[in-house]
Amino acid sequence: MSETLESAIRDISQACGNDRSRMMDIVEAVQAKYGCVSGEAMDLIAKQVSTHRVEVESVVSFYAFLSEQPKGKVVIRLCDDIIDEMKGSESVAEAFKQELGIDFGETTPDGVITLEKTPCIGMCDQAPAALINNEIITYLSSDLAREIVRKLKKNPDPKKLVGRLGDGNNASHLVHSMVHNNIRLAGEVIFSEMAPGAGLKNALALNPQEVIRDVKTARLRGRGGAGFPTGMKWDFTRQATGDKKYVLCNADEGEPGTFKDRVILTEKSDLMFEGMAIAGYAIGADTGIVYLRGEYAYLRPLLEDVLARRRNDNLLGNDVMGKKGFNFDIRIQMGAGAYICGEETALISSCEGLRGDPKNRPPFPAQKGYLGCPTVVNNVETFCKVARILEHGPGWFAKMGSEGSSGTKLLSISGDCAKPGVYEVPFGIKVREVLDLCDAEDTAAVQVGGPSGQMIGMNQFGDSICYEHLATGGSVMVFNSTRDVLTIARKFMEFFVEESCGFCTPCRVGNVLLKEKLDDIIEGKGKSGDLDYLESLGATIKAASRCGLGQTSPNPILTTIKNFRSVYEAKIAAGKVEEGFQPTFDIHAALQTAEGIAGRKSVHA
Amino acid sequence: MAKPKVATTSLAGCFGCHMSLLDIDDRILKLVELVDFDKSPVDDIKEFTGRCAVGLIEGGCANEENVRVLQDFRRHCDILISVGDCAINGGIPAMRNAVPLKECFQEAYSTDNRLGPAVYNPDNQIPNDPEIPLLLDKVYPCHEVVKIDYHLPGCPPPADTLWEALVALLSDKPVALPYELIKYD
Ligand SMILES: Cc1cc2nc3c(=O)[nH]c(=O)nc-3n(C[C@H](O)[C@H](O)[C@H](O)COP(=O)(O)O)c2cc1C
Ligand code: SF4
Ligand code: SF4
Ligand code: FES
Repeated sequence: MSETLESAIRDISQACGNDRSRMMDIVEAVQAKYGCVSGEAMDLIAKQVSTHRVEVESVVSFYAFLSEQPKGKVVIRLCDDIIDEMKGSESVAEAFKQELGIDFGETTPDGVITLEKTPCIGMCDQAPAALINNEIITYLSSDLAREIVRKLKKNPDPKKLVGRLGDGNNASHLVHSMVHNNIRLAGEVIFSEMAPGAGLKNALALNPQEVIRDVKTARLRGRGGAGFPTGMKWDFTRQATGDKKYVLCNADEGEPGTFKDRVILTEKSDLMFEGMAIAGYAIGADTGIVYLRGEYAYLRPLLEDVLARRRNDNLLGNDVMGKKGFNFDIRIQMGAGAYICGEETALISSCEGLRGDPKNRPPFPAQKGYLGCPTVVNNVETFCKVARILEHGPGWFAKMGSEGSSGTKLLSISGDCAKPGVYEVPFGIKVREVLDLCDAEDTAAVQVGGPSGQMIGMNQFGDSICYEHLATGGSVMVFNSTRDVLTIARKFMEFFVEESCGFCTPCRVGNVLLKEKLDDIIEGKGKSGDLDYLESLGATIKAASRCGLGQTSPNPILTTIKNFRSVYEAKIAAGKVEEGFQPTFDIHAALQTAEGIAGRKSVHA
Repeated sequence: MAKPKVATTSLAGCFGCHMSLLDIDDRILKLVELVDFDKSPVDDIKEFTGRCAVGLIEGGCANEENVRVLQDFRRHCDILISVGDCAINGGIPAMRNAVPLKECFQEAYSTDNRLGPAVYNPDNQIPNDPEIPLLLDKVYPCHEVVKIDYHLPGCPPPADTLWEALVALLSDKPVALPYELIKYD
């Protein structure tokens, strides 16, 4: 090798201006080049950006896509979330294991292929799916898994695995992926034709306060899940003191079952960038950052291309659209496989080159955000809505949707239905209507808003989807009557246990306790006080956790207890234990070893 | 009115906790005025004769017999107390929990590979008489096997601790032990 590790790291760091706040870019580049960020590499990086080794190490150890130990040239990450499991990911997992001769978390002895599991990668509508380096493989089967391994053994280039290309921009040479958009219902806000610059031009004809007034008049609320009024957020940020301000776009899309931003990023990124520029004008920012989840790295070349075109067309850059003094540009920051980085303050930490730890609030990002400057963080879809509001006027937008939730919402629907995909519907639509749209039959339960949302049963199918009733950032998972809600809740709890950043005890420890108790109940070891225990512990975790993850993580259990109590009760009643024993004590299991050694059964058996 | 009954047992314990109970000295006379002893090594009653107010458990569960006796205590006693660190944590016997059961046996009985001590056991037999209770895979603290109402820590808990706790329970008072009785350092 002509290039030493030292010179490579010098080049990589220099390309990032030896700026320690660009740590994510530096370590991601090293990981991509060497398959790991070794101790030696960490020392070198620390020296290069004038920080301590521990700062580098804390980042490397935090993110799922970074590692100190060497990984294979090819990393297969199979989604093992609930939707994929329902579509047969277990047999795919078996096939991968057999064909590779290794287990999950291991690397083949020749160091070529690493096998891992990952939570939702945003391909639920074409599950089972896997991420192989940056390539997305959809509609997996055990046969396909075997074929993939054979091909990789011959030629370890995941790009060669991409089968028939998907529709729309997925087929462009910049994306070249087999992902399908699955746009099932194209509404007029997101999916209608757009002329780049139309919304921005109208915005620049107003003053910043008037732009914010229009966003407020449209009654736009954030599409990322929490539903905070966007105009109000912008107003706070505009009024906050600070020379430098930032616009951050949250394209982390980590909530399992959510994949609508994927489709926007593929087909309508112009709208998103336009909305960001409008936000920049409104709050007085000259820099925008799109935080793109690592799983969507395959979309980056396309996004860079759109950005380049917009710069060319003066929709970005200096004196945007001829507006003297309004300069605005956008860069893309890649994430590295951490759900918590979708939480806005963790997202800011990550952009700053730190572990994805949430920050204390107050101060809110509007006062002190990215690098301590006033910052607006909005979801991908929120920015798109802004661009349309400025294009067509707030009245046009506010007329759609329901009283407290104006406009349309993209839903990403997956699970037991004939037509999984993306639907643009007006807010206020009933769950039942949604189920009809996607051709769901025999539906017994619907998870609205992902694991952090709620699991509802049939008696709530008449409720409407909007911030006042059933809120969702887009995730709608459909389950038919053959599915077990307890197993689904357990899967979601596993997700939260895995993704908790570990900063605060209620979330780090509490979720494990919740999951263990749920395990007991599922295994027939439940006892009568268990539901009270789960409810009170769940309430404590929600009240005492520091960020939105912990504040919503007990929801899979709490909402299934609320809406499917009889399922729990039946399980607990069925698991009768021998008189006097704790339900968790199994005398037969405890004696098994000794019976094996003695070669006989217990005399009491 | 008949006196309430107390039962005691030593499972996987060393009888040190029972010794500590006897350490209440002359108060044992008061205790006998207060209660009758049922199943207990103190009076050598082998089977329960009726319902008991309080059961004192020394030692954790190392074998099947321990488990059955404990189960019997739970059936017969209104209040069960784990007395001493073995009952509460498994104690010294639980040191074997880190070693697979098979290796424990080999260490104790086998003369193979000079693993075992000086036992004359040319056939490397592991005792296997149906009369000998089978060992559990590990030593369990009592509360993992049955519900335990109170824990009195100590190795052993001091006589005064046992006395104060028993008297409070038998006279329906809250068990409010002063700090000196539950501090161990
Ligand atoms: C654990 C956690 C994960 C989140 N993930 C995302 C996400 O992937 N995308 C997103 O837009 N918002 C996510 N949010 C919400 C953001 O914190 C924030 O509210 C949102 O980006 C604000 O934008 P909006 O007002 O336009 O919705 C997440 C929140 C939490 C607590
Ligand atoms: S609630 Fe969970 S994810 Fe949020 S800061 Fe605490 S430990 Fe981290
Ligand atoms: S706690 Fe101490 S005194 Fe009591 S049985 Fe165990 S070793 Fe013996
Ligand atoms: S891609 Fe597997 S659940 Fe979303």
